[in-house]
Amino acid sequence: MEKIKSLSDLKRIKSQVQEKLDLREKSEQVENLIQIRVAMATCGIAAGSKETMNYFIEHLAENGINAVVTQTGCMGYCYAEPTVEITKPGKEPIVFGHVTPEKAEEIIQKYLKHDELVEGIIPVNYNTI
Amino acid sequence: MNYKMHILVCGGTGCRASASAQIITRLEECLRDKNLEDEVQVIATGCFGFCEKGPIVKIMPDNTFYVQVKPDDAEEIVNEHIIKGRKVERLLYKDPERKVAVSDSKHMGFYKKQLRIALRNCGFIDPENIEEYIARDGYSALAKCLTEMKPEEVIAEIKLSGLRGRGGAGFPTGMKWEFASKYQADQKYVVCNADEGDPGAFMDRSIMEGDPHSIIEAMAICGYSIGATKGLVYIRAEYPLAIHRLQVAIKQAKEFGLLGENIFGTGFHFDIEIRYGAGAFVCGEETALIHSMEGQRGEPTMKPPFPAEAGYLNRPTNVNNVETLANIPVIITRGANWFNKIGTERSKGTKVFALAGKINNVGLIEVPMGTTLREVIYEIGGGIKNGKKFKAVQTGGPSGGCLTEKHLDVPIDFDNLLASGSMMGSGGMIVMDEDDCMVSVAKFYLDFTVEESCGKCTPCRVGNKRLYEILDKITQGKGTMEDLDTLQNLSQVIKDTALCGLGQTSPNPVLSTLNNFYDEYVAHIRDHKCPAGKCKALLSFHIDPELCIGCGLCARNCPVDAIVGERKSPHFIDTSKCIKCGTCIEKCKFKAISTR
Repeated sequence: MEKIKSLSDLKRIKSQVQEKLDLREKSEQVENLIQIRVAMATCGIAAGSKETMNYFIEHLAENGINAVVTQTGCMGYCYAEPTVEITKPGKEPIVFGHVTPEKAEEIIQKYLKHDELVEGIIPVNYNTI
Repeated sequence: MNYKMHILVCGGTGCRASASAQIITRLEECLRDKNLEDEVQVIATGCFGFCEKGPIVKIMPDNTFYVQVKPDDAEEIVNEHIIKGRKVERLLYKDPERKVAVSDSKHMGFYKKQLRIALRNCGFIDPENIEEYIARDGYSALAKCLTEMKPEEVIAEIKLSGLRGRGGAGFPTGMKWEFASKYQADQKYVVCNADEGDPGAFMDRSIMEGDPHSIIEAMAICGYSIGATKGLVYIRAEYPLAIHRLQVAIKQAKEFGLLGENIFGTGFHFDIEIRYGAGAFVCGEETALIHSMEGQRGEPTMKPPFPAEAGYLNRPTNVNNVETLANIPVIITRGANWFNKIGTERSKGTKVFALAGKINNVGLIEVPMGTTLREVIYEIGGGIKNGKKFKAVQTGGPSGGCLTEKHLDVPIDFDNLLASGSMMGSGGMIVMDEDDCMVSVAKFYLDFTVEESCGKCTPCRVGNKRLYEILDKITQGKGTMEDLDTLQNLSQVIKDTALCGLGQTSPNPVLSTLNNFYDEYVAHIRDHKCPAGKCKALLSFHIDPELCIGCGLCARNCPVDAIVGERKSPHFIDTSKCIKCGTCIEKCKFKAISTR
C-alpha cells in the first residue's frame, strides 16, 4: 500500500475511490437526479436490454451526466424492447422504445444533454397506482 | 469497471445475531450462480439503527429498504429484485398506521426526523475498508488541522462549535482540550472512553462497529491540539466486533501513513493502542478508567487533580467519549458555525439515543438537540408496544431519572433534562408502559448500582445498599410512611457526599420516581397494593366462579396443591398455601384466574 504523505496524496486517493461510492451517494438523493429505468424482463433481456443498460452506465459519466440507472420489470411494450423510461427531475417520465446502444447514444446526446426529443417515444396512456 | 448495484447488509452486532453474516454468504453465492458477481457488490456495513426489524438489507441505487431478511430470502432478492427489477414486496417495511409497504427509508417515520452526524457513515460504508471512509471525506479534517491550522486554532474551533461531552456530564469539549493543552509534560495522552456500561445503551459500540476511522481521525486531531502523540482506546472486552473493527481500522490507518510517524509530511506523530476493560461500570468514570489502564484497581480518585493535569501515568491526559469524538471531524470540515446552528442554545449538535423497552421501534436514532421526548417516542419510536399506555421514560441509564407524561413536550438537551430531574447520560432511553411498577423499576436500577459500586467510599457502598433494602421492603408490602422520608434524606446525602459520578447520581431513579409517582409508593405501603400488578408479594390470586368450569387443570399443575375443588364445579385457591408462581394463570384456558 502506498503511503499518504501529503494533502495532495489524500485528495488523489479520494478522487480514485470516490467513484466506487458514487452509486450510493446518488441513491440517497435520487429525486434530484435523472432516473433511467431499463426494462429487464425476459422480453427485454432477449432483445438486448443488458447491452443498453451497460451502455448507459458506461457512457453517462464521460458525457458529464449525473444520473441513476436502475432496472425495472416488463413495462408491457414487449414489441418495442428494449424499452427505457427516463425521468428528469420535476418532469413527467418519457418511455423510449427500441433502444439499442446506438439509440442510447442518441438519447444521451439529444434528450439528456439538450432536452431535444428523439424518435421512438412510446405514448404512455395508462395510470399506475 | 464499477459495480452497477450495491447491496448493503447490516453487519452490526444486533443484525449479526440474526444471521446477517449468512445473508451475505448466501447473496454472494446466488450472485455467483447468476454470473453477477462483477456487477453487484455486497457490502457489510455498520448499524442502520432500525434494530427492531433487523437484519436490514438495502439495495442501491433504487434505495430499497428490506427488513427482517433471512438467509433463505437471498435467492428471491437476487432473482426478483436484482435480475428482474421487481421489489420483493413481503420484505418491505409496512407502515403500521397506513398498513402500506414503504420501499425506501426516507419515507419511514423512523428516519424522518433524524439528523445523522455522529452516525453519518453507519449503514453507508464498509467499516473495514479505509478507502470508503476516505471517499466520504475521511481524514480530510485531520489534513486540514495539520496543514492549515495551529493547535490553538483547532481548540478555538471546537470551543466555538459548542460541542459538549456525550458521555454523560456534558462538559464542553473545547475547554477540556484547552486545559490539557496548557500543561507541559514529556508525554501527554489522548484517551477514548469506549467503556459503555449503561444497561440498554449501544451507541458507542455502533459507532465503533460502523465507522471506526472517525474515532481514529478525531483522536489524532485531539493529539495535535493538546500536544499528545499517544492515543489509547479503553474498550470493554465484551465488545468483540467493535474491537475487531477498531484493530482493522488502526492497521489500515498505519498502512496508509495516517497514523504513525510524520503524518501528511508535517512532522506530527501519533499512534493508537487499544486497552481492554473487564466490564466494570465504574471504569467509565475517567479517573477509575485511568487507574484501570495503569493496572491498578478500577477505583475513582478525587478531582482535582483533573486528568488534564495528572492523568494516565501522572501525565496530562484528555479523556473523551466515543460519540463526542465522532462529531469532531465533521466540525472541522464543515466548520463550527455550521455545527452550532444545530440544536438548542446551550446544547449544540445532535444526540444519539438507544431506544429500548416497551416501544415499537427499538433501535438507534440520532436527532438534533431540542427534539421533544414526544417526537422521539411517538414519531420515531412508533409509540408504545401493543397499544398500551405510556407511563414513563428512563433517560440517562441507571444514573438518570424517570420522566413522565408531563415531560413529553420538553425539548431534549443537557440542561432541560437536568431541570426535569433526569440527565442526558450516555443516551439510553428505556420506555415503560402501564404494566411497569415504578418502585420495582427504582429497585432494579439500585440493584445495578449496588452491584457496580466499587466500594471505595461509604455513601455509595453502604448508602445504596440501604436504599435497595428499603425499596425491597416496600415491594414486599412491609414499608412504612417513614421509609419514604428516609429514602428522600438518604438519597440526598449520597448525592452530596459520594466520591464519583456513580454515587452522586445513583439515587436519581429513587428521587425521580418518588417525585413523579409518590402515589404508587403510598399504594404499596398503605394499601398493600401494587397498582401495576408487578410486585408478587402484594398480589392475591383469585378464581372467578362464573368463569371456572371445574376442569381441574390448574389444580393438577399447582406445585404446592393450593387449589381445591370438585370436578365440574368452581375451584378455590387457598391463599395461605399459594406461592404466587402464576402457573395457574398460564394453564387456565378460560381466563378464570386473575390477580388483585
